[in-house]
Amino acid sequence: MKKVYVNEKWCLGCHLCEYYCAFANSGKSSMIKALKDRHIVPRIRIEERNGISFAVSCRHCNDPLCVKSCISGALSIVDGAVFIDSGKCVGCCSCIMACPYGALSHSENGVIQKCELCQKNEFGVPLCVQGCPNKAIVYEER
Amino acid sequence: MRYVIIGGSAAAVGCIEGIRAIDKDGEITLVSREPYAFYGRPLISYLLEGKTTREKLLAYRPADYEEKNGVRAIRGVSATSIDAAAHLVALDNGETLPYDRLCIATGSSPFTPSMEGLETVPSKTCFTTLDDALALEAMLGGRRDQRVLIVGAGLIGLKCAEGILSLASSIDVVDLAPRILSTVLPEEPAAIVQKQIEKAGVRFHLGESVARCEPNLAHLSGGADIPFDVLVLAVGVRANTALAETAGCLLDRGIVVDNRCQTSVEGIYAAGDCTVSADPDTGKRRMLAIWPNASMQGDTAGRNMAGAHVVFDKGVPMNATGFMGLHLISAGCYDGEPLLTHTADLYKLLYTRDDRLVGFILLGNVDRAGIYTALVRERTPLSSIDFELIRETPQLMAFSATERAKKLGGGTL
Repeated sequence: MKKVYVNEKWCLGCHLCEYYCAFANSGKSSMIKALKDRHIVPRIRIEERNGISFAVSCRHCNDPLCVKSCISGALSIVDGAVFIDSGKCVGCCSCIMACPYGALSHSENGVIQKCELCQKNEFGVPLCVQGCPNKAIVYEER
Repeated sequence: MRYVIIGGSAAAVGCIEGIRAIDKDGEITLVSREPYAFYGRPLISYLLEGKTTREKLLAYRPADYEEKNGVRAIRGVSATSIDAAAHLVALDNGETLPYDRLCIATGSSPFTPSMEGLETVPSKTCFTTLDDALALEAMLGGRRDQRVLIVGAGLIGLKCAEGILSLASSIDVVDLAPRILSTVLPEEPAAIVQKQIEKAGVRFHLGESVARCEPNLAHLSGGADIPFDVLVLAVGVRANTALAETAGCLLDRGIVVDNRCQTSVEGIYAAGDCTVSADPDTGKRRMLAIWPNASMQGDTAGRNMAGAHVVFDKGVPMNATGFMGLHLISAGCYDGEPLLTHTADLYKLLYTRDDRLVGFILLGNVDRAGIYTALVRERTPLSSIDFELIRETPQLMAFSATERAKKLGGGTL
């Protein structure tokens, strides 16, 4: 299946992926409405240091430790992608304990959020990829 | 192939999914003592607290899960004995199930401390199952006028306290250990968590036991008397081994399994709280009664039952929980050099030994803790990463560029 992959050589550290992610999952009709004057809590995060930068989001592992650790059944695998049902999440952080990439985080309302490859929002394909100006983030089959 | 699974929690679900990863067609029969659909046992405190509903709790897996996975579930029924030579399991409803591969996932049960006068207490319960939680809720009665005494300041007792905080008029917790969470935390972080729970009004009586009980009064070993209306027993759990014993499985305070989750009896596997397995660090057998372990052992057992050869030798003790808004994640062991970071929103203890991170404790800010867990689980040599950087904050930047490319560019973990 197609997944999001990151090549740090091409990352400019512009953080646009974070903004596109926050917009894609905001439910708002425009980027301005979604982001203006707001502290964003995106599901993809840039790490940067000494001129190196790269984006980190869920790897949609073949054998996801987060799903096995989840006590509520909020995390599940559907056709190879890992999704979270935030209604079931109790915020115990077992997935945060388990994920070797640090790819799950707290959302604004306290439960856990993660990249769902924009399959549950209106875009259907990862908007971080579309928003990356330098093709440092790609969505492809490998 | 006919598979039979005895048990209805994390290990059983893991086993179903492990079998189905390999074998799409074999017959799976599941026998569970509880009459409910699969549910997350640790959710029962969240249920009483109102953070989840009974409907959501019972939706650990989707409603059509059994149908989709071709599982015949026999619920509300116990397995009573196993005839390992004939490959038969006898059930208490009179049915006998033949199997080619069997998985025992019977879990653990709370043990009752010997306490004089306990039998005279009318309102008492353990706190490990949905039925326990419903019973406790009924005892509390919704009037917020019941005084609760919890015996045991471990994860179960303390999550219970949090769950019933707004349902009880008072909560007292007694534990023989000198600190709370004595099997999970050392002294200093335990004291921080204790303070957090005390702020919510819970009273602790540590280093004490209940010497004698009257129906509504506990006499503590230190001399104090605590009046109560409801008693919760949460002193610990023991592996359920009686069924495995009938099959002749080797036992050592739990069902002994190898790293493929196979018992000493051919064709019989076991997973979860009912088992003991070798600690990868010390080689000593130990019980690892935690949800992720049950899930992963179940998966391992299932795959091996279906003919694969997979090994699970990365069982690490770990806990993710929280009390009154204070998150707690810990993993590994604390036998190493402690490195402390203590700021306003974070208490962090990392333990290193022999170029490895052997364990850690995070209180407060637990962001990206899994990066530390992976260092513990994978026994990553600290000399291969920028340890000073990762010590500050869990981050992938601390790994080499090659390793990062593997992690983010499509390697599997």
